[in-house]
Amino acid sequence: MEASDTIFVAFKKAILGFLQGFLPDWTVVIVSILISITAIAIFGPVTMMYLTWLERKVVGRIQNRYGPNRVGIFGLLQPIADGVKMLTKEDIVPQAADKVTHFLAPVIVVIPALLVFSVLPFGKGMAAVNLNVGLLFFLAISTMSTIAIFMGSWGSRNKFSLLGGMRAVAQMVSYEIPMVMSVVPVILVTGSLSTVSIVEAQLGGKWFVFTPWGFFAAIVFFLCGVAEVNRTPFDLPEGESEIIAGFHTEYSGMKFALFYMAEFMSAFAISGLTATLFFGGWDGPFLPSWVWFLIKAYAMIFIMIWFRGTLPRLRVDQLMGFAWKLLLPFALLNIFVAALWQLLPAPKNLIVAGAAEAVVLVVIFVAARKDSPQKRTYIFAD
Amino acid sequence: MDALHILAKLGIFAAMLVTLTAAVMVVTLRNIFHCALALILVLLGVAAAYISLKAEFFAVIQILLYVGAIMTLVIFAIMLTSRIGDKTILQNNRQGLISFALLGLFNVFFTGAVLKTSWNLNPAAMAANVDAGVLGAAFMNEYVFPFEIISVVLIVALVGAIILGRADQ
Repeated sequence: MEASDTIFVAFKKAILGFLQGFLPDWTVVIVSILISITAIAIFGPVTMMYLTWLERKVVGRIQNRYGPNRVGIFGLLQPIADGVKMLTKEDIVPQAADKVTHFLAPVIVVIPALLVFSVLPFGKGMAAVNLNVGLLFFLAISTMSTIAIFMGSWGSRNKFSLLGGMRAVAQMVSYEIPMVMSVVPVILVTGSLSTVSIVEAQLGGKWFVFTPWGFFAAIVFFLCGVAEVNRTPFDLPEGESEIIAGFHTEYSGMKFALFYMAEFMSAFAISGLTATLFFGGWDGPFLPSWVWFLIKAYAMIFIMIWFRGTLPRLRVDQLMGFAWKLLLPFALLNIFVAALWQLLPAPKNLIVAGAAEAVVLVVIFVAARKDSPQKRTYIFAD
Repeated sequence: MDALHILAKLGIFAAMLVTLTAAVMVVTLRNIFHCALALILVLLGVAAAYISLKAEFFAVIQILLYVGAIMTLVIFAIMLTSRIGDKTILQNNRQGLISFALLGLFNVFFTGAVLKTSWNLNPAAMAANVDAGVLGAAFMNEYVFPFEIISVVLIVALVGAIILGRADQ
């Protein structure tokens, strides 16, 4: 148990111990950094490859078909075949495109998606960097991918691309605020911004999702995260049926694959962070810690794919109304509920906070009723 | 550990060089969207400077607010300008030479002032580890009055912006 728990950490230590024999101290530090970077740089793309497989398989089952099943058993080699196809495709750059911006956008979009993995605690002692502002680092870096998306959409010189880019920026600005507000209760209760100490505060099954405030904060955070990575039902920036493919209309081959990769890696990172903040991260009985983390993260990913197979795309006004009129006031009031929960003694706080949460829910739903989407009335079609 | 320090120094100098180059690009590039992208690079460089001064909290807030929020607004503003397609928007005019001369004069005094000041470093302040918790406690205790005043100013600005932006009824 203990051995399997720390297998990766022990492996890294063994390499470093071996190198310490004949290399100067400072190179060992650099090698230690490089090992962490390499682990993330391999983990990210491999996760992305098999997420595409998982998504096609699960959506296929939801739609009553098999999904990929030709290359390898269960289509397991399909992502590799796709990768080879992407690499050998012709790279098309539109004649009127802004060449530099068009080229840089897919390169830059991957950087934040990989960087955020550095603060995720994959297991006991398995965070690449234990930053004391890890949570804020994650939120700050993940906003940067929007700039890359906008660069791509602007550099393409295509009306549909530009529309998609504008939608992405507007969506990010709206959903960023409830997202940050929904993690404030976690910071308030743990008193730390480090992802590692947030997990440590939940050890032994005291997951935040089991508290009244944590349950709703987890929902708000996860929905905002789904919106942040532009997945259905919040995929307006890509909206195939409305604006072709939005910001990546003019990209082909590996450049398109990089956009795709960034999207899937961000989706996994958001799932991992939801698991870290509200579902106890790597905490769990019997199995090694990193297995628990992956189980929780993949459960979140499964919910995202489930969304995709089930929900239709939102309209722009519904998208904005949902963020500003429902999620934002709810996330704000949730902070006060969490403060109540923290202030009162143990058995009483559950009842008081739960009651407060219920009142908040009712008040917000009644207040937002006026603006909630009405049943559509057809004037001409009868 | 000496080699590591040299490497870190080199990294900091490289980051500063990139920041300064990008700052020059902001005021010389002819395409206004490229200027905005260069400004993002400058802001990231400033965040790197904060990290090198061990102020991670400020670095992250810098990225979150300036790159994440304010630059998004700048991009929106650029999208609303009409002549975005024009490739040549001159950023300078004929008064460049005079302003350069005046700036040089100012810099002479400025350099003199920098050299004359004896930079007293307070060892207690240097050693203090100012993290987000300490900052928050200071805002709520010692500096609660300025903090509240800033909050009121921001609220007034917010309400004013909503009233100005509201659709006419």
